[in-house]
Amino acid sequence: MIKIAQLSCGTEYSSVQYEIEKAARSVGAKVVYPDVSYADVSEAVKRFGFNPRSQQLKLMIARAVQLADEKYDADAVFITTCFRCAEAALVRNELRRFIQDNTRLPVVTYSFTERLKASQLLTRMEALVTIVTRKDILARERQTGLTAGIDSGSSTTKALIMENNKIIGKDWTSSGDVVQSATAVLENAMKEAGVEFKQIEAIGVTGYGRFTLGKHFNAKLVQEELTVNSKGAVWLADRQRGEATILDIGGMDNKAITVRDGVPDNFTMGGICAGASGRFLEMTSKRLKIDIEDLGRLADKGNWRNAKMNSYCSVFGIQDLVTTLGEGKTFEDVAAAACHSVAEQVYEQQLQEIDVRHPIIQVGGTSLISGLVTAVGEVLGEKPIVPPNSQYIGAVGGALLSSGFL
Amino acid sequence: MKVFIDPPNSLILFDLVERFGHEPLGAMAVIQERIDNIELDMPPMNVTLDDVVKGLKYAGVEVPSGIRGRLALWGPLIDEADAAIIMEDPPFNFGCVGCERSNEMVKYLLRRRGIPLISVKYPENEEEAKVTVGRIKEFLEGLK
Repeated sequence: MIKIAQLSCGTEYSSVQYEIEKAARSVGAKVVYPDVSYADVSEAVKRFGFNPRSQQLKLMIARAVQLADEKYDADAVFITTCFRCAEAALVRNELRRFIQDNTRLPVVTYSFTERLKASQLLTRMEALVTIVTRKDILARERQTGLTAGIDSGSSTTKALIMENNKIIGKDWTSSGDVVQSATAVLENAMKEAGVEFKQIEAIGVTGYGRFTLGKHFNAKLVQEELTVNSKGAVWLADRQRGEATILDIGGMDNKAITVRDGVPDNFTMGGICAGASGRFLEMTSKRLKIDIEDLGRLADKGNWRNAKMNSYCSVFGIQDLVTTLGEGKTFEDVAAAACHSVAEQVYEQQLQEIDVRHPIIQVGGTSLISGLVTAVGEVLGEKPIVPPNSQYIGAVGGALLSSGFL
Repeated sequence: MKVFIDPPNSLILFDLVERFGHEPLGAMAVIQERIDNIELDMPPMNVTLDDVVKGLKYAGVEVPSGIRGRLALWGPLIDEADAAIIMEDPPFNFGCVGCERSNEMVKYLLRRRGIPLISVKYPENEEEAKVTVGRIKEFLEGLK
């Protein structure tokens, strides 16, 4: 059984400890707490160099030091503290860095509220377990045979067929009924590829609908989108070796994943507010009465500095947009401001939680909105790589990894 | 009299209050009651979502959940207390609730009640310890 070491503050008083353990159990893992003695604590705090006032944070530090010194055996690390606690947020982030500097253990950090449910942690826990247990499959760099990948996302469903490391068919549609949407895109992809279902040797499914689709299509690989997407991204960008950061601004949540030789080793998954996701750009384009595809081109012609839009919330963001339009600002400037606002929030809320490695590969449906890619480049000071077929990362990852089962 | 102890899980303070004939109000009874009597499985403390919501009586929604959960346990005891003993800056093996923000709020709530209260510094050596225990004894004996 995979052991996930929990370094936390406040979980037992927030009614969420049970949910954390339930999420771990559901992916075949067990939450463990590194043993520390009283004497270890002050020594560990001294060595770590940050002396928080809260005793439970000191305990977190001592547990991290036990892992770093290999005095306690674990396979992965989950660092979690109360949402809105500044002292805990500082310790959480620095401990994540400390663990990464001193161990090879995959780490995920999370700030919880009392409303946390196991389902919100499922993808993160599953990714931790995948990184530990499927190293061989994740190391796969070439697709072999005839395989299909299906990505059942919150906004769109994508299917793609690969044969001997080449894409031979693909299609996408807006997500409706999980099985119907997936069946439709798979049929279209097979049509383009000129193959029949019975010829497909393996299927890999990912995204929110993965469990339903896994059963329906009898998929060989049913895996969360963090690891699958990162494999798809490095394959599409031809960056299988070395380091990279994959940025996927999704319809409902955003993912930032760092990879080393194509294997993810740290990730953050956000989505507390729709103001920092693709959904905000969808709302903006609706308000401007333009297609979302045109929003990027419009944004490229505008200047975000001319329009104020920097709210953390999509509702307030749209309020800003309405006010700005009322002031007579151009659509171009407003579109640019919307893209900049999303890029800035992704940077502020998520990219702070990982150490960005270069190059940055931007993927997912929103990477087709050129204005957003420009905005991300401006905020990060480096233009991201957008590989061809960047919206198909999950499907490519599914087809690539499932060929490992042949 | 009912005497609230801070840190609420300090066994030493609990014992001192009992020895001098008062009823200590601390974490042990509250947590024991939850573990023994509530038929639910929310380990290790059996603090539920309802508790954390009840904590809103003592701190607003923008306050981290871990603080509200703690205040949901200690808050009613503070409301009930006739007096209080606060040990300042103890090491955590003396007793602690883990969170400095919760500590600050507990002390504030106690002071706001205006009940008899003694605040003592954690002793660094045996001499200081004798003085500290003496002061607590005097305080407890003086309570009517």
